Amino acid sequence: MFHLMPYRDLPADFERLYNSAYIDPVWFDVADSDKVGQFYNATLDEMLYAAKAGLHGLCTNQHHQNVYGFMANPSIMGAVLARQTNGQNIAIIQLGSTLPSTTPPTRIAEEYAMLDCISGGRLVAGFPTGLPADATISNGVIPVEQRERFREALALVIKAWSARDIFAWNGRHYQLGMVNLWPRPIQQPHPPIWIPGSGISSTAEYVVGQDHCFCHLSYYGAKNAEQVSDRYWELVARKGRDDNPYRFSFLQLIGVGETDREAEELYAEHAEYFFHKLLYTPTYYQAIPGCLEYEALVQSLRHNPRASINLRELKAKDLFDRGFVVVGSPKTVREQLLDGIKRLRMGHLLALLHFGSMPTALCKKNIDLFAREVLPHLADLWDDTYEDRWWPERLKAKRPAAALATAS
Amino acid sequence: MAAREVRRLSLWQDRIQTEVEISGRGQPLVYLHGPWGLAPDRAFVAGLADGHTVYAPKFPGTTHGNPDAIHALDNWFDLTVYYGELFDKLELSAPAVVGHSFGGLVAAEFAASAPKSVGRLVLIDPVGLWRDDAPVKNWMILSDKVRRPSLFANSDGEAARRFFDVPSDPAERIDTLAQFIWAQACSGKFVWPIADRGFSKHAHRIAAPTLIVWGAGDGIIPPVYAQEFARRIADARVELIDDAGHLPHLEHPEAVTKVVRTFLGS
Repeated sequence: MFHLMPYRDLPADFERLYNSAYIDPVWFDVADSDKVGQFYNATLDEMLYAAKAGLHGLCTNQHHQNVYGFMANPSIMGAVLARQTNGQNIAIIQLGSTLPSTTPPTRIAEEYAMLDCISGGRLVAGFPTGLPADATISNGVIPVEQRERFREALALVIKAWSARDIFAWNGRHYQLGMVNLWPRPIQQPHPPIWIPGSGISSTAEYVVGQDHCFCHLSYYGAKNAEQVSDRYWELVARKGRDDNPYRFSFLQLIGVGETDREAEELYAEHAEYFFHKLLYTPTYYQAIPGCLEYEALVQSLRHNPRASINLRELKAKDLFDRGFVVVGSPKTVREQLLDGIKRLRMGHLLALLHFGSMPTALCKKNIDLFAREVLPHLADLWDDTYEDRWWPERLKAKRPAAALATAS
Repeated sequence: MAAREVRRLSLWQDRIQTEVEISGRGQPLVYLHGPWGLAPDRAFVAGLADGHTVYAPKFPGTTHGNPDAIHALDNWFDLTVYYGELFDKLELSAPAVVGHSFGGLVAAEFAASAPKSVGRLVLIDPVGLWRDDAPVKNWMILSDKVRRPSLFANSDGEAARRFFDVPSDPAERIDTLAQFIWAQACSGKFVWPIADRGFSKHAHRIAAPTLIVWGAGDGIIPPVYAQEFARRIADARVELIDDAGHLPHLEHPEAVTKVVRTFLGS
């Protein structure tokens, strides 16, 4: 289960007040610290509930200065989840701390190693480059350096996790004279590495080149992702990698109800809240010069299918019809997800079972129905043919049947 | 208009290829463009070429076919050493140097680090200083609604229209936009997120007589900065250009060219 930890109680006229979910909303005009305390706790409750219900992993993520999701340090959330799920067969998927905006990046290597130790080797180590606004505005990273910092930082982290001797790192962006990390992760030489991206750019090339798992974090649904997945699998073939579906993860907003009609009614306002209020970030905070390398910039100017969509004009029905959110009875959701999983060759489905202003009770209902009526039909799909090489070793033997049994 | 020669130089241990557009005849003048690349400034450069041999180098990374050159320079020290190499390669000896916006700061830092290498200095709406009571806008993250009137006093005028105009041919359009964005990315490397990297500590080293030109309606860097620059540079004077924003040389090229030529004695 993936969770963004959004602000769930924005003013009704938020869209009128602000043209962006990022950077501009002023805390004291919009938010309340007591409420946010409740939201953080509700988020943890919902994720722990998902763990008990039998989902396979819990995903946290890092964002800053926005209403859309502000786990400013996902390791804090991950620490609670790791501790509270000990003994359960569930991965702690940090998706994750952003390397380019953390100096020195060995700080993240340490935090992740702590999480791996606390969880007993259940960590999936996710390394996003960071959204442009997060990295460059909130954290002051120079846009044109974001990606090269990322690559250098990740190389440093991996070496710091597994090096047998103390070493010096004389890098371009980071210089450390004596690296001797305490602690080291249980999973050696390193935990499975997942790297998110919103399209096929130089980052995807790098991910495939390094044989890590690529996570396409789109909010526009499997129905609209074929072009990206096709390009991804072409890239995989070109780089001589196998077609193992587990090297591809995909995020999907999901809302399950008893019937199609009930689901549409239950999730409509929360879907609109998500797309109208939380996801609304104007181009000038997303397309910051330098965040895309030159070739990727040219590609994006050639082809930007979403450039013309104004999310605020779409009603819930449009969001459902277009497949941005998969909503319906268990049967409907099963069919749509199975179709997407097969078409995209998706190895890991990152289920966003909480979105927008959804209250905890509804989120738990969503989790229950998903875990009971949908998940059993999706798990195991590829397991006869492929091994998930991007999953913690200690969890492999037990999943997924054992995990589901535990929940029931 | 004087004929233009485009010279391609290989510098920085061959890691940076850069084009230098050379035009006109007379005393040498180096023109350093702002964050949007050399393209928008060509007409202004042509005006300077009447009476000068103008050398207009493209900033590293903004020469076609060599976008990654920007990764060969890491900091301001690299950048000033690089410009020393560029001036040597062009066999320039204490030329006049004119810089706009980001190019103004490059010109000023170079003049401060190598005082004998610059004969006369012209800074047009330069970045490089900061006052908390008059913050400089980050031009790389402005909405269109804010950006246009910040750059131009007359945001519907001909200069603004030409500046933002893109060709109708799809391939040319992509190329123009990519260059426009990438030029900001490359220059932004040295001034993100705040264009104050210590110039106030270096300014006293500038020996060249200096003219500071400022658009009176600059919405990116308020004109109070004209005096901030002037009081830090030993031999400096200020010319304000009325009815002009951050790009006075585009909105009122004749007026800017006139004060520059008068200052340079050309």
